[in-house]
Amino acid sequence: MIELWQSFVIGVNELMPWFDGNMAAIVIILIKAIALIMPLLLTVAYFTYAERKVIGYMQLRIGPNRVGPKGWLQPIADALKLMTKEIIFPSKANIYLFLLAPVLAIAPAIAVWAVIPFDEGIYVTNLDVSLLYVLAIGSIGVYGIILAGWASNSKYPLLGALRSASLLVSYEIVIGFALVTVVMIAGSVNLNTIVADQQGGIVNWYFIPLFPMMIIFFISALVETNRAPFDVVEGESEIVGGTHVEYSGMTFAVFFLAEYANMILMAVLAVIMFFGGWHSPFEGMGVLESTFAWVPGIIWLLAKSTFFMFLYLWVRATFPRFRYDQIMRLSWKVFLPITILWIFVVALMTQLHIGPWFA
Amino acid sequence: MSSEQIIFYILSFWFVASSLAMIFARNAAKAVLFLVLGFFSAAGIWILLEAEFLAITLILVYVGAVMVLFLFVIKMLNIDKSTLRAKFAGYLPLGLIVALIIIAEMTLVLGSSQFGLEIMPSPERHGADYSNITQLALQLYTTYVYPFELAAVLLLIAIIAAITLVQKDEIKRKKQSISEQVNVKARDRVRIVSITSPSKEDK
Repeated sequence: MIELWQSFVIGVNELMPWFDGNMAAIVIILIKAIALIMPLLLTVAYFTYAERKVIGYMQLRIGPNRVGPKGWLQPIADALKLMTKEIIFPSKANIYLFLLAPVLAIAPAIAVWAVIPFDEGIYVTNLDVSLLYVLAIGSIGVYGIILAGWASNSKYPLLGALRSASLLVSYEIVIGFALVTVVMIAGSVNLNTIVADQQGGIVNWYFIPLFPMMIIFFISALVETNRAPFDVVEGESEIVGGTHVEYSGMTFAVFFLAEYANMILMAVLAVIMFFGGWHSPFEGMGVLESTFAWVPGIIWLLAKSTFFMFLYLWVRATFPRFRYDQIMRLSWKVFLPITILWIFVVALMTQLHIGPWFA
Repeated sequence: MSSEQIIFYILSFWFVASSLAMIFARNAAKAVLFLVLGFFSAAGIWILLEAEFLAITLILVYVGAVMVLFLFVIKMLNIDKSTLRAKFAGYLPLGLIVALIIIAEMTLVLGSSQFGLEIMPSPERHGADYSNITQLALQLYTTYVYPFELAAVLLLIAIIAAITLVQKDEIKRKKQSISEQVNVKARDRVRIVSITSPSKEDK
């Protein structure tokens, strides 16, 4: 197997000399990308199923239970249905931008995952400025929604896009400030270092000194991913379906994929930033630590992220939609002052060396 | 050619092509999108130069925020293209003169006399443990801390000035107090009055 691989690498390098023998590295990156994207898309598919089931039970319904045993094949059926549906183009739409918009929505939503560390040493790439990369690429996703609204040449999508642009820009500032406090404690913008710094059990996780920032990050993540109770971009009772009105079939499905990939990303990011990433909560607790020592780090990360993903569904089933101006007020007049205040609190805690976090 | 050179030429080609397309685009929204593509190519070239912090800041600030607001404004404006094109010939000589002056200035400042290989040797490659952001922060917060703070204060003044300009006529604005709206009780809004219904004998 190894000999076959080596001969393949040598052969490829001879065929394509302009890669200076980097072909093996490129192939490995491609394999890593596939190993990341396939489970991600599968998670997205079954997250939609989980959403319908969980919200169904919360509303005393059963949820999808017809396709396959207990409805487990429902997401596959949905995907097939969306793929075979006709894509309708509005007659006065800008066709290039209309088709570019879903691509601009899904590409950043997947590209962000390149720097997410799943376990010690398990990542696609270890970028030194990985937190900034996540914020930068995450902020590009808004182009998909804005362009969808503009290119559709229709009133409701435009209203949805306007709402989305102003919301995302305001809440990006809040998320940025909330994450600055994490960077202040960890002393690094590398996600690997941030997680490694939270080693040593649940008391060392950042959600204790940064509890308000954790709450603000989670609420802002709801806004950034257009989730209820902040889903005014879609707002089906006010503006029909916002930016998605003119999209049908696979073009709509791509927006859907991007939204759910972003939700999962925000859940994983919350775990990495505030809940110790791949670290076990029982580290340094004697018997408990040795009992759970066999659990690999990636399982801890995924288990903690699953809890946050469940929170998304729980929040959606619980709260009524906010009014648009109330969301804006929450961002600029409530969250922003709190985050700026907490930066000073963290600076003070650093100077006084409080707790295990500011050693 | 090495793979790095190939990537550099691809990025440079896209940078130049998208910049030209940005200028020649008839549609303002398309121009903004070409500018975004240009920013991306510039960020790619900066990453090749091991300046990953600058590259990502360019995307975060300009692509992620400034250009989004540009698109936001462009969508709300109703631009009449005929008036834009009517004055094109009139402004052309002035535009050409300005362009020539800028090109001359740029060649003087950025030309080979300042940044040629004899004066500025190509930067050495750093190892994998080299942290661009740490080096930048050390310079920014020690040697250049006062210019840095001054720039920050300048931006703050600009923000406050802009807000003050918008908020000129305070009296005309209609405000709503959210806490008042949330705390309202049914008895504040609805008054239940008991009315004696007229009996049949009165008719």
